[in-house]
Amino acid sequence: MNEASTLPGYTYDDLPGLMALMTGDEKHDLAAESTLDVLWVLYDRVLRINPAQADAEPRDRFYLSKGHGPMAFYAILTAKGFIDASELPRYGQFDSVLGQHPDRNLVRGAEISSGSLGHGLPIAVGTALGLRAVGLTDDRVFVLTGDGELDEGSGHEAIAFAGRAGLEALHCVVVDNSSATYGWPGGIETRFAAEGWSVTRGSGRDHDALEAAFAAPHPGRPRAVIAVV
Amino acid sequence: MRQRFVRVAGELLDTDPRVAVLLADITAGEFDAARDRHPDRVVNLGIREQLLISAASGMALAGMRPIAHTFASFLVERPFEQIKLDLNHQGAGAVLVSSGASFDYSSSGRTHQAPGDVALLGTLPGWTVHVPGHPDEAERMLRAAAVSNGLVYLRLSVLANAGPLAVRRLGFTVLRSGTLATIVAVGPLADAVIEATAGMDVTVLYAPTIRPFDRQTLRATLVAPVVVLVEPYLAGTSLADVADALADLPHRSLGLGVARDELRRYGTPLEHLAAHGLDPASLRQRITGFLDSGQADGRRPMLARSLA
Repeated sequence: MNEASTLPGYTYDDLPGLMALMTGDEKHDLAAESTLDVLWVLYDRVLRINPAQADAEPRDRFYLSKGHGPMAFYAILTAKGFIDASELPRYGQFDSVLGQHPDRNLVRGAEISSGSLGHGLPIAVGTALGLRAVGLTDDRVFVLTGDGELDEGSGHEAIAFAGRAGLEALHCVVVDNSSATYGWPGGIETRFAAEGWSVTRGSGRDHDALEAAFAAPHPGRPRAVIAVV
Repeated sequence: MRQRFVRVAGELLDTDPRVAVLLADITAGEFDAARDRHPDRVVNLGIREQLLISAASGMALAGMRPIAHTFASFLVERPFEQIKLDLNHQGAGAVLVSSGASFDYSSSGRTHQAPGDVALLGTLPGWTVHVPGHPDEAERMLRAAAVSNGLVYLRLSVLANAGPLAVRRLGFTVLRSGTLATIVAVGPLADAVIEATAGMDVTVLYAPTIRPFDRQTLRATLVAPVVVLVEPYLAGTSLADVADALADLPHRSLGLGVARDELRRYGTPLEHLAAHGLDPASLRQRITGFLDSGQADGRRPMLARSLA
């Protein structure tokens, strides 16, 4: 693993301070906070992404599907050297690159634009197909979605197909904060498991448990990690 | 045209490792042989059209050149937000190839008809929209699209002209020159327009590619600022482009095409052509009426010298 290294002076403990530099997105505060630990574990321990050599292979791709509340995402991209901290106070301003939903064409390190729910996982299915087709069998793609976002039917097109296609490169972390209006009886993981995914459910705050959940082998199957917060 | 698409896409898969074909059950059987040769690059997603577009986006982000195909109604209208966000907004390129243009599947009814597809794509930037009038044209367009990186919509139809009319260039082609008006005939309606305007003193331009709109040729060949669009999809789809092209001129324009109102009829495509007034006899009557109406109330077309 050649995970992105943390720049001197930036640790997990600095993330609240970096997030505090961004203001004016109060309605997204809960959404932003729910993803903080998952995002940190991904960027600090799991993803092979190097801001200095963004295209170096093998590498992983991270798609933030749940684009609401991107402050934790921006804070971590800052801690990992993709965004300059001086940009954070301009969050949401007219000429800032940091909007209330990320735009991959503006934000260095953001690999998809998101905001409208239900797009990231289906895009990631295509990327997993593409990586397989071009022979990049060591590369992986990770998607962060939420239990509420999975209300969107488009996600279920992706879940069903990815399971049946055995897209081992595909990893989906569902931050489950019980925000789906009608819930998922039996747990959202049952929808993945029924389609052939490797699934696990655990704490979305426990860094070691999250790391272990992402590290578990899942030959021939995509992997879903339900991270409860 | 669909058979030509299957054959040429198969050849492109054989020669270009970037090319992938994404399907949603429609036409999947015809791609069996290509899928046997390229199982990772011919992918049938099942009846999942949102995924069809999103997966094309994801493949493009992985460096591939995806060609996504199904009926126009399920390729453009059903997953329109995926087109807007996963292709345009991401900055990901793809080739969308539809079959079942407008009322091609006339007997299937409204559910399988999408005459608004070109208008819908017209709300988004950057799309090249091909409306080929012949399989040879469709083949050239597909081959060009496969080696580019942009957003290309290739609108295949069961309707076609007797022969290819534009095999070399992307813009409009002058089929006939006249002085009273310019008739822009789009894709498979060219033969009908030629027949409808026989003996009339009008310019006929052939437009197998309607986006980008070839304003340059329209202006360069314009004698009188009177323009009739004949489009095989929603009537008036490109009228705004004509207005933009002639913004500095007093002008008259008429948009002929598929009516907005639902026909609620089955039958054959030719019956639908006639019902929408797009058969040669109806076109002649409507074009003649439009030209005559301009003269009857004193708004005679300006001559070339007054445009100088």
